[in-house]
Amino acid sequence: MSTVFIALQANEETRPIIEAIEIDNPQAVVHRQPAMVKIDAQGRLVIRRATIEEQLGRDFDLQEIHINLISLTGHVVEDDETLTLSWND
Amino acid sequence: MDMKVTKKKLGLKDKYKLMTRDLGWEPSYHSKDELYPYMNYEGIKIHDWDKWEDPFRLTMDAYWKYQAEKERKFYAIIDAHAQNNGHLNLTDARYLSALKIFLQAISPGEYAAHRGFARVGREFPGVGPQVACQMQAIDEIRHAQTQIHAMSNYNRYYNGFHAFADQRDRIWYTSVARSFFDDAMSAGPFEFMIAIGFSFEYVLTNLLFVPFMSGAAYNGDMATVTFGFSAQSDEARHMTLGLEVIKFILEQDPDNLPIVQNWIDKWFWRGFRVLGLVSTMMDYMLPKRVMSWREAWDIYGVENGGALFKDLARYGIKPPKGWDDAEKAIDHMSHQFMLGLYQWSFGTAFHAWIPSDDDMRWLSAKYPDTFDQYYRPRWEHIKKLAAAGTPFKNYGLAKLCQTCQLPTVFTEPDDPTLTCHRETVYKGEKYHFCSDGCQHIFENEPEKYIQAWLPMPQLFQDPVNGDLGEWMKWVSLLDGKDNGDYAGSEDQKNFEAWRGLATTNQ
Ligand SMILES: [Fe+2]
Ligand SMILES: [Fe+2]
Repeated sequence: MSTVFIALQANEETRPIIEAIEIDNPQAVVHRQPAMVKIDAQGRLVIRRATIEEQLGRDFDLQEIHINLISLTGHVVEDDETLTLSWND
Repeated sequence: MDMKVTKKKLGLKDKYKLMTRDLGWEPSYHSKDELYPYMNYEGIKIHDWDKWEDPFRLTMDAYWKYQAEKERKFYAIIDAHAQNNGHLNLTDARYLSALKIFLQAISPGEYAAHRGFARVGREFPGVGPQVACQMQAIDEIRHAQTQIHAMSNYNRYYNGFHAFADQRDRIWYTSVARSFFDDAMSAGPFEFMIAIGFSFEYVLTNLLFVPFMSGAAYNGDMATVTFGFSAQSDEARHMTLGLEVIKFILEQDPDNLPIVQNWIDKWFWRGFRVLGLVSTMMDYMLPKRVMSWREAWDIYGVENGGALFKDLARYGIKPPKGWDDAEKAIDHMSHQFMLGLYQWSFGTAFHAWIPSDDDMRWLSAKYPDTFDQYYRPRWEHIKKLAAAGTPFKNYGLAKLCQTCQLPTVFTEPDDPTLTCHRETVYKGEKYHFCSDGCQHIFENEPEKYIQAWLPMPQLFQDPVNGDLGEWMKWVSLLDGKDNGDYAGSEDQKNFEAWRGLATTNQ
């Protein structure tokens, strides 16, 4: 199974998002690089609005991720609740 | 009594439908063929444009909101950088060569991408791609503007930034990136999408931006980190669009496969050649290095590109034809390029230099199979010549590849001691190439590439007529300031003096 990844800027806005990704994706590996965080996961990575809101303590619109997004791979599926990255192999 | 009416918020899917699909209309007094005249000649068959999906479902209202937020963040940091002498936080002014190349060659490419997406957004009949291409067109012009704006702060203090617009059109090495984008913009709309949307954005852009931004962060360049991040936050959307495009085209008709495969082969190789300049930046130009070009290729080329082509195999897509030759070139290209940039540094609006002993130790460790054997001896020889007061300069003109426009400085894929050179005779004229990949591209479309503007023949035409001084004037290159070795340059002297002032009480 191939690896998907998402890379986010390292800042105060993304800290709770990264924590939420770690909670929802125990298989994910988090690489902290200068000014950026890259998260790799085998096959699939899910980002959940509800988990982010719990970490953040306020309402969150998943599209807010665009502000701090650096890069990603895989097929993207997004609705109001989740953003999923995956490969079909 | 006031009743508080809670406005029902639209779900993402409904909102996307209302604000993209529902904005379309059926033409009544012109036919669709008249409105969209470029849809058929490339041979791509589309049966149902509504199958096109934007997985992020970004609508224009949300787009403006988030883009405004990105701009506010960008300018807050750019202002702070300018107000606090941010340019003196750099590790070393050698780093600026990477920025100068970026401004002269890549930022104009952003503008070209803007023009290309504005055009294809008009030419595709589907509302989904029209909206997505329009957003990307606005993104790309924003990238050009924010980059030029961020780097103008360096132009106040350092050489080589002042004439990027002239140099984009006239100096020799920028024609590599310019011809790449001109080639894409003068292709049909579907080929443009595969060229820029898929091959460049999806397969190769990570290799450009991610190491470049990390490099800026490692080397204390806050301005570039900021424009890089601001641009890159749009890039994930562009990459996703690129992947959607290729899936959409392949799912529409089985006849599309061979056409698309041919474009992938072509544009992978075109893009790989352009990105060769990034290899010199990563291996030579960053005073504090992030990772080697080889390491970046392993992550973003082999691992990600590999996953992508494994996934696309279900449509019958194969990895690009030049993939194996690219892999063979990885451990050689940055050295071959940098040796070229050093020997022709009289003609570059940035500085080159001989790597220090420390640099060479790092290069040996990162390239254990190639550096000591093939490249260290050449640098040691060049170092001796410089120490003897007879620095190695090559005033001969480089032989350029007719396709990628790079000097033919690369070696045979299987023999690093033999320069790779290919020739094709077409209509009685001889054309030169740097590689099999570039030769194949030419032979598929000779009538296009024989029209290419090449900087070397230009040297012998008006207004230059073979005169080096006239050429420097024509390309706005200030001799003794913008060009040559970093050692002894104004940039070096000024940076050291100003940094001294900033860190002592002199
Ligand atoms: Fe861009
Ligand atoms: Fe070439």
